[in-house]
Formats: sequence, C-alpha cells, structure tokens
Amino acid sequence: MSTILEVDKVYKHFGGVKANENVSLTVEQGSIVGLIGPNGSGKTTLFNSIVGTHPIDRGSIYFDGEEVSSLPVPAVAKLGLLRTFQQTRIYGKLNCIQNMLISSKPEKDTIFNVFEKIPDELTEKSENLLKFVGLYQKRKLRAGDLSFGQQKLLELAMALMNEPKMLLLDEPTAGINPTLINGIIDRLIKVNEEFGITLLVIEHNMRVIMNLAQKIFCLAHGQMLAEGTPDQIKNNLHVVDAYLGAK
Amino acid sequence: MNKNKLIIYGLIFSFGLFAPFLFPAYKLQISILWILMILALTWDIQGGQMGYNSFGNILFFGIGMYVCASVQIGMFFPLAEWTASGGEKTFLHTTSQYFQGFFVGFILSGIVPAIVAALIGYGILGLRGHYFAICTLGLGIAAGEIAGGIELIGAGQGMTVPPWPKGIGGTELRSQFFYYLCFALAIVTFVILQWIYKTRFGLVLNAIRDNEDKAEAMGIHTMRYKIIGWVVSAFFLGIAGGLLGNMIGYIEPTEIAFAGATYGVFMVLMAILGGKGTLWGPVIGATVFHVFKEGFWTFFLGWQYVALGALIVVIVIFFPEGIMGWLREKYPNRFGEVVDESDRKAQVELN
Repeated sequence: MSTILEVDKVYKHFGGVKANENVSLTVEQGSIVGLIGPNGSGKTTLFNSIVGTHPIDRGSIYFDGEEVSSLPVPAVAKLGLLRTFQQTRIYGKLNCIQNMLISSKPEKDTIFNVFEKIPDELTEKSENLLKFVGLYQKRKLRAGDLSFGQQKLLELAMALMNEPKMLLLDEPTAGINPTLINGIIDRLIKVNEEFGITLLVIEHNMRVIMNLAQKIFCLAHGQMLAEGTPDQIKNNLHVVDAYLGAK
Repeated sequence: MNKNKLIIYGLIFSFGLFAPFLFPAYKLQISILWILMILALTWDIQGGQMGYNSFGNILFFGIGMYVCASVQIGMFFPLAEWTASGGEKTFLHTTSQYFQGFFVGFILSGIVPAIVAALIGYGILGLRGHYFAICTLGLGIAAGEIAGGIELIGAGQGMTVPPWPKGIGGTELRSQFFYYLCFALAIVTFVILQWIYKTRFGLVLNAIRDNEDKAEAMGIHTMRYKIIGWVVSAFFLGIAGGLLGNMIGYIEPTEIAFAGATYGVFMVLMAILGGKGTLWGPVIGATVFHVFKEGFWTFFLGWQYVALGALIVVIVIFFPEGIMGWLREKYPNRFGEVVDESDRKAQVELN
C-alpha cells in the first residue's frame, strides 16, 4: 500500500500555546485511521493545518505525492482532500438536493464556466447519495430544518458528492442519538470499502473508533503520544495515563 | 412554465407595454418604478442571494450616470467648456449626434461601473459581515464627495445632460422613449437574474450566504463568484443610472447621482420589504414601496418620511423576511418544502 497522506514534523503555535509540536503521521491509501486524544490535545488544529485553514510554522505535509503545506483551502479540496466539521456546516437555507448539487466538483472550473447549468444527472447522483445516508424523503426540506444528526449525515453525503480521495472526519458521531451511531459506522465502512475513500477520523467515542480504525494515533498536549493498532493503543499505559491521569 | 406563471408574466408585460397610453399622467412615475425594480433586484444579488449587505451599490449608479452624460457630451463638445459655461454658451446636439452619443454612453455606463466593481471588489470582498457593510457605506459617501470636487464634471454644481434634440417629436416622444428603455432594461435585468440564479452561479451565491467557510472547504473559489456577482450588479445599476440621469436632465453629485440617503437606502428597503434572497421579492417590494411612497407624497405631503420610518419599523418587526419570506413561512408546501412520505424505506433502514 502506498502512502496517501504524510504529515512530517509539523509545528503550530498560537502565541505561547503549542498546539502541535513535532507531529508526524502517515496514512496508507485505502485505510481507515483514527486520531484520538484528550480535549485540547491539538487534533482539530492538526486537521486545520492539513487542509490549509492556517499556515503551519514548521514541517511539511504531503498529500498524494504533492506538498500541500502552503496551499489554501480550496486548492487542497480540489486535490481531493476534504474535511467535515465538528459542528455541522451545511447551507441552512438551501434544501438537501441543492446542498448536494453545490458540493459536486464542476468538470471545468474556470471563470468562463461560472454560468453553466448544473447537469441533470447530478440530481440523480444526489438522490442516490441521499438514499445512501437515509435522507431521501427529506430531500426537499431546508437543510437548516434537519436535526443535528441528520445534518451530520447530510454533510457526509455532501463530502461524498465531491468524490474526494480522502476524507478527514471531525467527530462524526458526536452529539448523535446512540441508535444512529451504528448506522453511521456502517456507512463509514461502506464509504471506505465501496467508494475507496481513505478516512482519517477524530473520535472521542472509544467503542466507535476501536471498531472502525485499523490504525490509531493518539495526541496529548500537542505531541504524538502513541500509534498502533486498536489493541496496542488500548493497552498502552501512556494513553491510559493521558486520558485518566497518571498515578 | 405552468399556466399561472404565464398569465402573470403576460399581465405584467402588457401592463408595461400599454401603461403609457392607459395612464399617461403617471408615465414618469412608472418609469421610475422600473428603475427602482432594477435597483432592488441588483442590490438583492449581494444583500439577499449572497448575504453581503452592501450600502455602497449606489456608487455604481452614480458612476453610470456621470459616465453616460460625460460620454454623450464629450463625444461632440469639450466637456470642460460645457460644464463651465453653466448656460451662458449654448451647445446643441443634432438629432444624429444625440442618439450616437446616447448609444455609446448607454453602453459605457454599464461597462465602466462593472470594471470599477471588479477592481474594488477584489480589494474589499474579502471583508465580511459588518466590516463589509461599513466599508461600502464609506465608498458611497466618499464617491459623492469626490464627484463634488471634480471641476470637469461640474463639481458641486452638478452638470446638465444634453437636451432632447429639437428636430424630432416633443417632450411626449422623449418621455415615451425613456419609458420603454426603462421597461426593457427592467425586463432584461429580471430575465438575466432569473437565468443566472438557476445556474451553478446562483447556488454558489446562496452557499456563500449560508456558510462561506464550508463553501471554501468544498473547493469553491468564492472570491471569484463574489466579484462576478458585484460586476453583474454594477453593470445593470450603471445603465439604470445613465437612464435616470437623462430622464431628470440634471446630475447633482450627492442628491441625485450618489444619493445614498434616498436611492441608496430605498434599494435596501425595497429588497427587504419584498423578501430578500428571492427573485420576485425585490419586484414586489419595489412596487409596494413606490406606491406607498408616492401615495403619501401626494395625499399626506409632509408626512411621507414619517410614514417611511413607520414602514421600516413594521417591516423589521412583523416581516423580517419580507413579503415572500413571510409567505414561504406560512405556506412552505407551496415552495416545495415537503417530506416525501412515499419513501419511508430509507428511514426505516436507517434505524
């Protein structure tokens, strides 16, 4: 397997706060990788660094063989690296179908294609993806009127609409009804297997991440504390200390 | 297009076509109504569809007005002498000169503001929310003051536009000529906006309004769309300005061209009254607003600004989403917001 994402010795400080210090991780093509760590350990900062929300202080990030550490967000997204957010970000006043249509990648994206009609087949594709996440019957409702859990599912469907190579998911199951969580796990596994999309998932729900990921990285105080298979992480004393406090 | 829509379009079109003959006394007022619709429609591109409250769109209106008049004059006479003469020396356009000048001025009154919008937009469309609003407010005011300081275009005294040529028709023909131009421009603006709102462009504007960060995270080049949106606004606003300048016959920098306190506020009010972010909202808003304003002006002179203030308060408190927004809230089904009960399978599967 080849490496799709490589984060190499990344530093990110906010004034005196060392959000990321010497963080390195690699994600293999086609795998599901977890990123865990206590609150404030720098997980979301790392996501922001990877997709280009803010510049990094030192180090480098490679996606699919290309250096992306200094690219702006839309450019990184165009390469096929997308993220979802911890708090859902959807287009509240548009209906679900419109949310999906606008998430598609236009064939030609130049200044002369701005006024192009949206192809009809995209509507069908949107409907199929909405069926996949179980929102088909609500497709004509405004996205802002959906529940939080449904908005998360919509956001996942929107990301899939863009046909990314890799998805960064920031707490996909946070704030969701426990009965829905299994549905989300199934769908994430399907996304990985059927669509061939590599996943890097931030998650606090240990049951979810242990079932989902093949490899887990653990951050604490901005530094990479441990990496390994779910079993190795579970039995790693440093990780247990970081979460529960050392004796 | 369904039958009801066709009837509505037909009615509006025939009203526009025959109004000068049916209500000859109101010809000027109806011409101004078409101009107001353009103002509201173009403001809504930013304020409604894109969610950027611009208080400076009047800038393009004024630039269009000055460009049109300057070109009309400058093509045949020295502009500086024209404005400096102040009536002492008479310049007269021949009929063909008048229409040649008007034609070129008409086109440039759209193109020049559009270019200005692209340049300014590149600089300030990175600002968001209140910061953008304040910045554009400053732009409109500054433009008026600057125009008031340029001698070439008459400075604070303003400038006159070429009078209607003596050779053909009288004031009757002149008012009809401008009436139909305003009507045509309103229709063209409406049709073009209706078309672009259906394309990817329209969806991107709405996406920017609802969540710009998300749009960027999904790979959308938002700046490009914001600038193009402003350019489209400026183009039609500029032409509307050029037309109104010719209709009034006299351009004053702060009261007519860069009239932030009147047209600049009206365009915002009309769009909000009708329902911002909808295609029909600005049209309805402009009509209701104009009838209301002129009604008070005629029957309760002296109270018109009190009434306008009261109208603003009523809109903000009772119809914050405007007439169209209120209708949508009341009858969501009519606007296509329905749960598809025929497909419960997906929901069952999910649980």
